[in-house]
Amino acid sequence: MTQAVVHPHAKVKRATKSSWVGLAVIVVLLLVAPAVPYLVDKGTQGSLVTLFSLIVMATMWNLLAGYGGMLSVGQQAYIGIGAYALVYIADTVGIDPFMAVPIAVVIAGLISFPISFLAFRLTGGYFAIGTWVIAVVVMEIVQQVPALGGGIGVTFNGFSDLTPGRRIAYVYWLSLVGVALAVAVTYWIMRSRLGLGFTAIRDDATAAASLGVRVTRSKRFVFVVAAMGCGLAGAMIAANTLRVQPDSIFSVNYAVFMIFIVVIGGIGTIEGPIVGAVVFFALQQWLSDLGAWYLVILGLLAIVITLFLPRGLWGLLSGNGRIRLFPVGYRLVPPVAILDVTHEPAPATSEG
Amino acid sequence: MTLLQVSGLDVHYGDFQALYSMDLTVAEGETLAVIGANGAGKSTLLKAIAGLVAPSAGEISFDGTSVTTLAAHKRVPLGIALTPEGRRIFKSLTVEENLLVGAHAKRKGPWNLARVYEAFPLVADRKDRVGTNLSGGEQQAAAIGRALMSNPRLLLLDEVSLGLAPVVIEQIYAALPAITSQGTTVLVVEQDVNQSMKVADRVQCMLEGRTVLEGAPADLTRDQIASAYFGI
Amino acid sequence: MQWLNAIIQGVLLGGLYALLAAGLSLMFGVMRIVNLAHGALAMLAAYIGLVIVQGTGVSPFLAMVAVVPIMAGVGYLLQWGVFNRALRVGGLAPLLAAFGLAVVLTQLLQLKFTSDSQSLQTGSLSIASIQISDDISIGVLPLITFGVGVVVIAALQVFISKAPLGRAMRAASDDPETVPLMGIDNRQVYALSTAIALGTVGLAGMFLAVRGNFDPNYGQAMLIFAFEAVIIGGLGSLWGTLAGGMVLGVAQALGSQVNPSYGVLVGNLVFLAILAFRPSGLLPKAVTA
Ligand SMILES: Nc1ncnc2c1ncn2[C@@H]1O[C@H](COP(=O)(O)OP(=O)(O)O)[C@@H](O)[C@H]1O
Ligand SMILES: [Mg+2]
Repeated sequence: MTQAVVHPHAKVKRATKSSWVGLAVIVVLLLVAPAVPYLVDKGTQGSLVTLFSLIVMATMWNLLAGYGGMLSVGQQAYIGIGAYALVYIADTVGIDPFMAVPIAVVIAGLISFPISFLAFRLTGGYFAIGTWVIAVVVMEIVQQVPALGGGIGVTFNGFSDLTPGRRIAYVYWLSLVGVALAVAVTYWIMRSRLGLGFTAIRDDATAAASLGVRVTRSKRFVFVVAAMGCGLAGAMIAANTLRVQPDSIFSVNYAVFMIFIVVIGGIGTIEGPIVGAVVFFALQQWLSDLGAWYLVILGLLAIVITLFLPRGLWGLLSGNGRIRLFPVGYRLVPPVAILDVTHEPAPATSEG
Repeated sequence: MTLLQVSGLDVHYGDFQALYSMDLTVAEGETLAVIGANGAGKSTLLKAIAGLVAPSAGEISFDGTSVTTLAAHKRVPLGIALTPEGRRIFKSLTVEENLLVGAHAKRKGPWNLARVYEAFPLVADRKDRVGTNLSGGEQQAAAIGRALMSNPRLLLLDEVSLGLAPVVIEQIYAALPAITSQGTTVLVVEQDVNQSMKVADRVQCMLEGRTVLEGAPADLTRDQIASAYFGI
Repeated sequence: MQWLNAIIQGVLLGGLYALLAAGLSLMFGVMRIVNLAHGALAMLAAYIGLVIVQGTGVSPFLAMVAVVPIMAGVGYLLQWGVFNRALRVGGLAPLLAAFGLAVVLTQLLQLKFTSDSQSLQTGSLSIASIQISDDISIGVLPLITFGVGVVVIAALQVFISKAPLGRAMRAASDDPETVPLMGIDNRQVYALSTAIALGTVGLAGMFLAVRGNFDPNYGQAMLIFAFEAVIIGGLGSLWGTLAGGMVLGVAQALGSQVNPSYGVLVGNLVFLAILAFRPSGLLPKAVTA
């Protein structure tokens, strides 16, 4: 198990210790998390599903931006597609809701594939706004489709023969599997040759450019996986809230949440989005009395972290990446320079 | 009189050390050539003098005052100008615009558009072309002209001859007397030993971030230089 | 004839989009920053204008005289306070900072002014129009907006190609590492660029505000249109942006002519079609900005 750690002497030891901690955390989670429906009330389970959906979307956004260098502001397109697909397949087509979830995920992935060809015409910040436009267009098209409830949206009836207690427990377990899968897939991608390829892109943009097609292909793969993950998050949200409205399921606020979570937690690590989602969720609950102020506070926090703590909270907690729960053999920051212009040669002499 | 004094200069790129306690002195009006193989640290030295890289130890003083921590753009008004390796002509600007940008600091002195065109006929012919459409020699001449537009007291030239045909190198070096005759101090960096021996009052040879040989061209033998250059 | 009328209205609307997009292009051209806070900043300008108009009773046009320099000052400080630092961090930092800023600004405006629609009244001017024929009438206000858009773009173009600061901006765009060797402080060039860009945002925000209702989130939608104008016209060309704005405006106007709820969708689809078939835009790289 090779991994790139800043201090070579401590490499093996630290990796082993932190891996053990990671394993311990995972084992405890595996034992406790499934039992949660027997331990807490329905409201708490619903909140946990929301938290899980945040972790899923943040993990996916991190895969896109933190590893692939693609800053998307349009992942809500796939959240919406996943949500609508679940409702449509379960309610209209009549497939079992639990079977419908993976199908919805696949649909999100299938739709994202042709979209990637459009989106990849743009890079950097223009990619960001381009993905946003695409999400708006997807919403506008959905709003024109009567079978999907037009501008009003749809109600999810797939669980109507279950008692509320059962339903929420099932949705909880479903989401638990979903979040575990999303993190595991991301972890697997980063440990794979593809992940190593991204390290190469990040470490040497010119060399990566000469790899040409392969870079684009890897990026497209990641783009589709991230769409599927966001489709899953959308299905989780629909199953949890039982109501899908175009304005809210396609809301750019989801992009805001993902981005803030990842930035605050720490971009380019597996742990960052999880830590960020927990912090975000806690702040959201804690600051809920303040109304919109919580977004102001989170936004300021994200800006400050971007400027002064680019490794995020996880970077801080882990001593700038020396501790790893999920060793992916990865340097944490800086993220891929998609704007390939070095603006500050960074002489220490500049008074900045 | 000493114009530039570099003492005990260390420069690091991350964990890699490029300069080890470098010392270097240039007297006003003198032409010093720094030679050395690729990777010896010559460009790093010039960048440190110009303020583009920050030294981790040591001092750089210019005309008696320390500039060690001064930002690059603040060294130009004092009279330090660097023609960087690779010329770095602004590609979308015309030659004349490149020269005008070079005059941004508005230092008083002998050089202006007309004088630069006079010294470099190569540049005068191309004044309305954008940087992208220049040959290597034209770019090099324009880059030196651009540095001169700031009327420097100390002109740093990095690898003037790199990648140029011998005739073009001749043409460009032909302008050097016109520059030094204005009293401008010149520090040239070259891999091409013969070229620098011709123009320099003094030669300093670098190897792996350190000075290994120093002296007037006349006092140095070919063998001395060869062994210093290659470290054998 | 109704169609011709729609086309004329669309062209005029394109001037407004181009006015908004000019600052976006400028910041991208000089620093490669895609300012995701652009729309939110336009709304900041609109609300500053609203406060001035409500506080003093002056006309919105007079208020612009204050709004533009205020926004320019905001831009200058923003560059020194946030973007210069973000550029040094590198990577995604400038985008992320701009995105955070967009959210914070929008939310702050919402907290201060609620999300209710506001408008800036221009009195008789808002309904004044020039009757060309039975079906065609050109509103004076859209015409002024269009004219201001054209003038701003022309002025920027001249400034960038002729003024010493414009030259420095192009140099910084070409090779920021070499610029300090000219005795020029990149960060100061950037700060002045952002000041100019936000000055134009000040104008754009005010014209958005006098054109109709606005609310804090309105800027986001407008940012999308401005961005589409930039891409349709071809990156790096200010005149292209104007052309792109007009194409978008006409597409939206024609879409609305078919069905009022289609306007935005048709505009977006035209944008995606151009992205698919002419990704370098209609007027690629005519002039660097
Ligand atoms: N930006 C940089 N980052 C890391 N190493 C560098 C950088 N620039 C130069 N070096 C290294 O520093 C050493 C000296 O380089 P340089 O000063 O360019 O040498 P020279 O100009 O004599 O060829 C070389 O080993 C080079 O690889
Ligand atoms: Mg060199």
